[in-house]
Amino acid sequence: MARIGVFICQCGKNIESTVDTKKVADEMAELPGVVYSCNYRFMCSAPGQEDVKKAIKKHKLDGVVVAACSPHMHEKTFRRACEAAGVNPYKCEMANIREQCSWVHHDTTKKAGTAKSIDITRMTIERLKKNKPLKKISIPVNKRALVIGGGIAGIQAALDIAEGGREVILVEREPSIGGNMARLSETFPTMDCSQCILTPKMVEAELHDNIKLYTWSEVEKVDGYIGNFTVQIRKKARYVDEELCTGCGDCLVKCPFKAPSEFEMGLATRKVIYTPFPQAVPNIPVIDAARCPKIQKGKCGICEKVCGPGAIDYEQTDQIVTEEVGAIVVATGYQVMPTARFGEYGAGKIKDVITGLHFERLASSAGPTGGEIRRPSDDKVPDSVVFIQCSGSRDEAKGVAYCSKICCMYTAKHTMLYKHKVPDGQAYVFYMDIRAGGKRYEEFTRRAIEKEGAMYLRGRVSRVYERDGKVIVQGADTLSGDQIEIEAEMVVLASAVVSRTGADQLAQKLGISYDRYKFFNEYHPKLKPVETVTGGIFLAGTCMGPMDIPDAVSMGSAVAGKVLGLFSAEEMAREPITASVNTMICNACWDCVVACPYTAIEKEEVRNKKGEIVRVNAKVNDGLCQGCGVCVAACRSKAIDLAGYTDEQVYAAISVF
Amino acid sequence: MMHKLAKDDIQSDILGQIERVSGEELNKCYQCGNCTGSCPVSFAMEIPPTKTIRMLQLGRVDDVLKANSMWLCVSCLQCYSRCPKAVSAANLFEALRQLSLRKGESHEEIKDLPFPFLKGAPQQAIVSGFRKFVS
Amino acid sequence: MKLTYYPGCTLNTVAKQFDASAKKSALELGFEMDELSEWNCCGASFPLTPDNIMGLSAPTKVLAQARKAGDTVMTLCSVCYNVLKRTNKVIRDDTDRRDVVCGFIEEDYDGSIDVLHFLEVLRDRVGFEKVKEAVKRPLEGLKAGAYYGCMLLRPFEDMGIDNCEDPTIFEDLLKALGCEPVGFPNKIECCGSHLALGKDNEEIVTKLSGNVMQSAAGSGAELIVTSCPLCQYNLDGAQEKLEASMPGYRPVPIVYFTQILGLSLGQSETELGLDTSRWDARPLLKEKGI
Repeated sequence: MARIGVFICQCGKNIESTVDTKKVADEMAELPGVVYSCNYRFMCSAPGQEDVKKAIKKHKLDGVVVAACSPHMHEKTFRRACEAAGVNPYKCEMANIREQCSWVHHDTTKKAGTAKSIDITRMTIERLKKNKPLKKISIPVNKRALVIGGGIAGIQAALDIAEGGREVILVEREPSIGGNMARLSETFPTMDCSQCILTPKMVEAELHDNIKLYTWSEVEKVDGYIGNFTVQIRKKARYVDEELCTGCGDCLVKCPFKAPSEFEMGLATRKVIYTPFPQAVPNIPVIDAARCPKIQKGKCGICEKVCGPGAIDYEQTDQIVTEEVGAIVVATGYQVMPTARFGEYGAGKIKDVITGLHFERLASSAGPTGGEIRRPSDDKVPDSVVFIQCSGSRDEAKGVAYCSKICCMYTAKHTMLYKHKVPDGQAYVFYMDIRAGGKRYEEFTRRAIEKEGAMYLRGRVSRVYERDGKVIVQGADTLSGDQIEIEAEMVVLASAVVSRTGADQLAQKLGISYDRYKFFNEYHPKLKPVETVTGGIFLAGTCMGPMDIPDAVSMGSAVAGKVLGLFSAEEMAREPITASVNTMICNACWDCVVACPYTAIEKEEVRNKKGEIVRVNAKVNDGLCQGCGVCVAACRSKAIDLAGYTDEQVYAAISVF
Repeated sequence: MMHKLAKDDIQSDILGQIERVSGEELNKCYQCGNCTGSCPVSFAMEIPPTKTIRMLQLGRVDDVLKANSMWLCVSCLQCYSRCPKAVSAANLFEALRQLSLRKGESHEEIKDLPFPFLKGAPQQAIVSGFRKFVS
Repeated sequence: MKLTYYPGCTLNTVAKQFDASAKKSALELGFEMDELSEWNCCGASFPLTPDNIMGLSAPTKVLAQARKAGDTVMTLCSVCYNVLKRTNKVIRDDTDRRDVVCGFIEEDYDGSIDVLHFLEVLRDRVGFEKVKEAVKRPLEGLKAGAYYGCMLLRPFEDMGIDNCEDPTIFEDLLKALGCEPVGFPNKIECCGSHLALGKDNEEIVTKLSGNVMQSAAGSGAELIVTSCPLCQYNLDGAQEKLEASMPGYRPVPIVYFTQILGLSLGQSETELGLDTSRWDARPLLKEKGI
């Protein structure tokens, strides 16, 4: 006969307000196999856990049911307490009488809540009687990390992991690392030059012994599980031998063909063989194959002729390299909503309507205008600039309900940069709210208004159009209540921060989830902000939502801490909740093989001594199995059971009714 | 000017009625001002669209009904077309007009209309004008 | 091709030239406009308040009549198009309102008709390429301002004929006719609409229509093309005021797009009623050698 202890938690008022926990405890005490039952204010508190341990010893318990919150909250807590007191942790079960009972009842007479709690707890007790003691599975951990994305978040994560003594593979889609931060002129609120603080980190990442850099590369395929991932990386053809190239730049000078620069977002041109910007890391050019006449038509070949070390290789093809890693950090960043999306602001057809990222390039001393603010249409220094905040953000009609978080700050910065460079100029800012939460942020926006003369107008701009060489901005100042028309010479949209094109495909490759905006989901918004639901895969930076540089860097470092923690032991223990096949019943239909989302089930052939196949059946790989239970449902002959969730346990739970 | 605000203003029946008649939810409006900026007639309105919605949120229905704004709204739908929250100020103005017209209070009397107008204007102007102005 | 046609009140009275030029042009482009045998006014304004069910009865009656004749109904007037198309969507999607309205007008109608504008027929059924081929007298050098106004375009999710902020259907047609289309910033702004009826609104209507005209003139339009009789009325009125108050303002002819279409298809100026518009288009056409 089982010796079960039942512990009913009041959770302060959370449970007690709609459940009579004393009554539940009393009823449970009457059940066969239950030798001890009590209620308590906070079971999860130290004294509460102590009570569990004491009861285990005193009543020689061999199983424990805690009726409290969701197992997501405290299953681990109580299983640990049981283990400490000598009971197998998998002989401890939670009965969820909070999320699934007390919180959904409003009846303070406690009638319904108590009745339902009794049912839930009884089911758990019957289930527990069929629980088997399980042992944690230990799996080896490959102590190398993959970081996807070489922006500031990815660089920070890579550097911190590398400094922690572990190898890092850093994969970047563009020809250089640096990400969007490399585009920025100066950074708020300190106004230090973005390049000046970023490039040392880029160089450090390149030179670090523990970091292996793959630029102009993309993750193709990911297999495996926490501690044991196999990643295929597509190294796109660069047409330049990375070993031979010295980065002298002769080819860039001599190449006769030009194309719009991606890095300058069309504000300038680059050569067809190019590095995106002078401080690119690595300083190795890439040939734009689609535009290169040599590659397309076999005509030209100048770069090959001028290359001293003979590094040009027109025959290069994409290569797939395979890397084995134990953890993956996703740091793929953001992009901004393009001006073409704003029909009311000229749909991208008005040259002098640009995004904030374009303005960064205009203000950057390394940018196309050498840091002078000149408008794209005719290079004129604009005598007035209108900045439009919340362009696309907080705009459900454009499908973006969220706040892009960084625009209030960078727009204030833009007005200052503009004022410093064009002292006679006038900056206007249309805003809805000024969101300047952050250290020295509020002071910064006030400085733009009070000291730098930016005219802030509270309202949204309805329409932007051209008239006589001016850009006419029509909007409202809701504080005065009036309609406003400004004849501006340039308009800067603080365009919404949106997820990267293709973010959803990457998420599908990795098996992580994303929200309706295709930002990646963290495991828990407060308590597990850098983890994903998939073990061993972590997030850093704006791929999970809009954030500024300090937040992205913090996340990069936080993630490094998590990865180093995972790498701190030779092996990691994991939950023994895995499926197993009863080979005597399995009829080898392979439905489970098809159903398994983790490719954890393989076909097994059993042979006799003569080597003849006597039976074929399915077999579950413990390392890969995530315990999702899909195979259990798929199996027609009921040959598969999931440890901790066996049919026997489930039927026992149902049997109380 | 000080305006006393009490919960009865905000939870009044008349606001519920305006929401029901117009089909709009007043609290969706976050006062960005796009409607006032877009509105071709806001220059002539005593209370421009954004402020009209604000005053309705505050329950100041009488003030709004006294203003000329609702009679000037041309129903061109620029306000709604560009609203990031899909609120139609035009529908709200129509509801306010209906509130008045359904009490039998006309804004224009047919007998006052200038004869040359009635003779030259397209029929559609007369019909739609009657619908907007005459109870 | 035979299309059921709903003219609406104004096209049978002050905008007869709109109706006539369309009918003749249609025949030349290979389709026949088959006027509904019995019809009533559409109500001239879509009831913006969803609880105004009465306002839906007149347009629903029109739609129900048209449905008996076929599965599409075509209009020329922007306002009729707006009212019929929006009403049709309500009747199709909102069964509660459908039951009340159809019960009242004693019609069994479910919103299963396609409401089309003549412009849409030209673009989607005939094709602007075909129109171009049919042109006998290309209107070369004529700078025609494309004025859309409101009712043709908004709200986008109901009308859907073209992009709300930067429509091009007029310009595309004008291009096919050989014109030099002029899109101008205020081409989607309101003319003042029914405010024309109010006794104290003259200044406002003048300002709104004046803004449209000045925007068009500033972009070089020598003639304005419209699809709404009320727009034409208001713009003409504003031009009278502008001519009186603004030295140097030269009024331009405001014509229906079907008149320009008919002209390019070889119809005569008098037949098209070009001589009846408030500002005669003929001297301009003569100047352009058309």
